[in-house]
Amino acid sequence: MAKRPEPIQVVKQRRDAALGAIVSGVPYARFLGVTFDRRGDELTGILNFDENLIGNPFLPALHGGATAAFLELTSVITLSWSHHFPAIESGALDPEAMANGELPRMPKTIDFTVDYLRSGLPRDAYARATISRAGRRYASVHVEAWQDHHDKLYAQATGHFLMPSPSDNGGS
Amino acid sequence: MDKVAVARQFIEAIPHASALGMVLKDISGGRAVISMPYDERFIGDPKTGVIHGGAVSALMDTCCGAAVMSHPAAPGGTATIDLRIDYMRAATPGQTIVTTAECYHVTRNVAFVRATTVDDDTDRPVATASGAFTVEKKF
Repeated sequence: MAKRPEPIQVVKQRRDAALGAIVSGVPYARFLGVTFDRRGDELTGILNFDENLIGNPFLPALHGGATAAFLELTSVITLSWSHHFPAIESGALDPEAMANGELPRMPKTIDFTVDYLRSGLPRDAYARATISRAGRRYASVHVEAWQDHHDKLYAQATGHFLMPSPSDNGGS
Repeated sequence: MDKVAVARQFIEAIPHASALGMVLKDISGGRAVISMPYDERFIGDPKTGVIHGGAVSALMDTCCGAAVMSHPAAPGGTATIDLRIDYMRAATPGQTIVTTAECYHVTRNVAFVRATTVDDDTDRPVATASGAFTVEKKF
């Protein structure tokens, strides 16, 4: 007989705790006001609007650097999340230990190229990253950001990342 | 007021640049230098204390924009069309990082810029960038 699926609360709590630990492990995400919405294993980054994100006060428009940082954060968190998802699900990575600072190493950015398609409006922005290739050492990620309409992207980016080597994982 | 003074005033009034503690060191003739002191709120990896690449991106984007605005052939403001950043090494925790950007060519509609970021070890760049920016008629 097949194994009974886990109760929904157990699954949700484990995944949300693991994601929360990964995101809170990046102080810069808090500084920018970037949070993540999770549906299954799919993540959406949210850049919560704040006056401090403005780059041109006359328009006003979001700072290109804030947008670049938001896209890079979404890429690196999505990459880290997908890289560690099997270990989170199997229990090899314990969300409680992660919350106490035993975080796996993050991927490192090698290069990042941002296309600015429209001026960023002074309101929330959303981003989703797609992992084009996740190799053992290198990963290639594409990320798209929008505001009011998902089909009207305001920025997109492509980046390459160096994955943490297995010996870097866990512990300090 | 002369062009460079207007550009300086504009850069110093950017909310996101002041939130990140950026200081405009030098600006003239299509070249700008901006520094950003180390701050624990900018950390990307708490295990190492290294600041997040996004903070470096924000510094480089601001500095490239400042270089464009100070160029003699650029009449007004600017916006980033595209910016590529290469990360050579982690910035040493605790050290101020400094970006120098040079706007090396301006057409009627597009300005081309490159930039380098260093920490105390100025011989080994932390990151380099190259990008294209719009040329606006006014600010």
